[in-house]
Amino acid sequence: MTKSTRQPRTKILINSGMALSNVLEIPTSGFNFENVARNVALEGLLEGGQTKTPKPMKTGTTIAGLVCKEGVVLGADTRATSGEVVADKMCAKIHYISPNIYCCGAGTAADTEKTTDLLSSNLTIFSMNSGRNPRVVMAVNILQDMLFRYRGQIGASLILGGVDCSGNHLYTVGPYGSIDNVPYLAMGSGDLAALGILEDRFKPNMEMEEAKELVRDAIHSGIMSDLGSGNNIDICVITKQGVDYIRPYQESEYKDKRQKRYKYGPGTTSILTEKIVPLELEVVQETVQQMDTA
Amino acid sequence: MERHLMDSQIKGVSTGTTILAVTFNGGVIIGSDSRASIGGYYVSSKTINKLIQVHDRIFCCIAGSLADAQAVTKAAKFQISFHSIQMESPPLVKAAASVLKELCYNNKEELQAGFITAGWDRKKGPQVYTVALGGMLLSQPFTIGGSGSTYIYGYADAKYKPDMSKEECLQFATNALALAMGRDNVSGGVAHLVVITEEGVEHIVIPGDKLPKFHDE
Repeated sequence: MTKSTRQPRTKILINSGMALSNVLEIPTSGFNFENVARNVALEGLLEGGQTKTPKPMKTGTTIAGLVCKEGVVLGADTRATSGEVVADKMCAKIHYISPNIYCCGAGTAADTEKTTDLLSSNLTIFSMNSGRNPRVVMAVNILQDMLFRYRGQIGASLILGGVDCSGNHLYTVGPYGSIDNVPYLAMGSGDLAALGILEDRFKPNMEMEEAKELVRDAIHSGIMSDLGSGNNIDICVITKQGVDYIRPYQESEYKDKRQKRYKYGPGTTSILTEKIVPLELEVVQETVQQMDTA
Repeated sequence: MERHLMDSQIKGVSTGTTILAVTFNGGVIIGSDSRASIGGYYVSSKTINKLIQVHDRIFCCIAGSLADAQAVTKAAKFQISFHSIQMESPPLVKAAASVLKELCYNNKEELQAGFITAGWDRKKGPQVYTVALGGMLLSQPFTIGGSGSTYIYGYADAKYKPDMSKEECLQFATNALALAMGRDNVSGGVAHLVVITEEGVEHIVIPGDKLPKFHDE
């Protein structure tokens, strides 16, 4: 996999009254944990009884997948929670990895998004370099290496499903980096409810329609029995011929109707006073880099 | 919505487990159960594979944190392959066990995984090595490991005989696994057995209901 070389960004610090300093910041690769220290310091400041730092958005979730005769069926609910509040009612939990591989994510929403994005980018570069379609087992190995390296700090529990030249595959990847190859699977906070349905009705080599219904029923059971799962059901069907991403496969019967339009046009808030302060910038250093377009 | 982790020492998925390896006349049998658990109360997989092939005639079985064990065996597989290519000959079982031991010992702060390495090589024939949690390497004629092994020390010590035949050894290993799986809550599922000899490798799977029963009414 090739790493692209980027030009270092120049950050210009403006010091009130004093001379400017030019700070060269070379971007580091990988994840940056600087904000962890910042958050701890902030919490110390806010501890005076006022606001607490917002809880990270989790997909308190039900996700499921199974391998059937013609391919792989993945399913997920669409609720994302932040503490006890539903932060997103139509969250997309089935992420694109490559044309033949999709991934459902449970755990911290940001972690699953970024991890699957990174994986998708890496696999695309690999496809371009090698001229081959990526295999599911390769995606799983990359995920395992990365999650293990972060020792469980990345809260991503993933279900990876896909069809490649070696068959139909379904893998589970845990947050600490453990993997398992299975014919059917459920994860997330609603997994026990969903697993009950899957254990009862799963058969090897099911027909496509039966498989879609089974996944739907499993997610539905998770939605009914778990507070962290809810709203609509997404289904993604991957076969040799292509992918059918049905979003939503089933809408929640408890959809509420908006009473009015909640959009505010410009001019709703009146401007009382206006003050313009010109910023005086001093040019300290000017460099000209020739671009070679020969 | 948050499920609380019970007081299990291992974070994430653990192979709560029974593993064993026994030498017999002409080969070695390595066996394990197939259960992976989280927190000692939830079985996250009934069919996990704990017998990892690290080379043609060398297998290793894993106990402890599943993530740690899978990562270590991945690294070990690569290193053993590379070593074998450099030496232009199949690796010795002791070499494979040493690779695992180095990884476990040098990273003992971060890792929580133990291994049993067993195999056949031209120099010493069938061998069994234990790599414990902190990186201790020990060679024994037979060994048992994992949380379920505590229930079968008596049985193993009493029933093991050196130079058994393949059938006697299979019976010994099956019985030992069945007894441990019957008493340990974090061991269960199916029994996986691999018979390694000079001729090749034979994988036997015994489903839970076909295991020998011991007063199980």
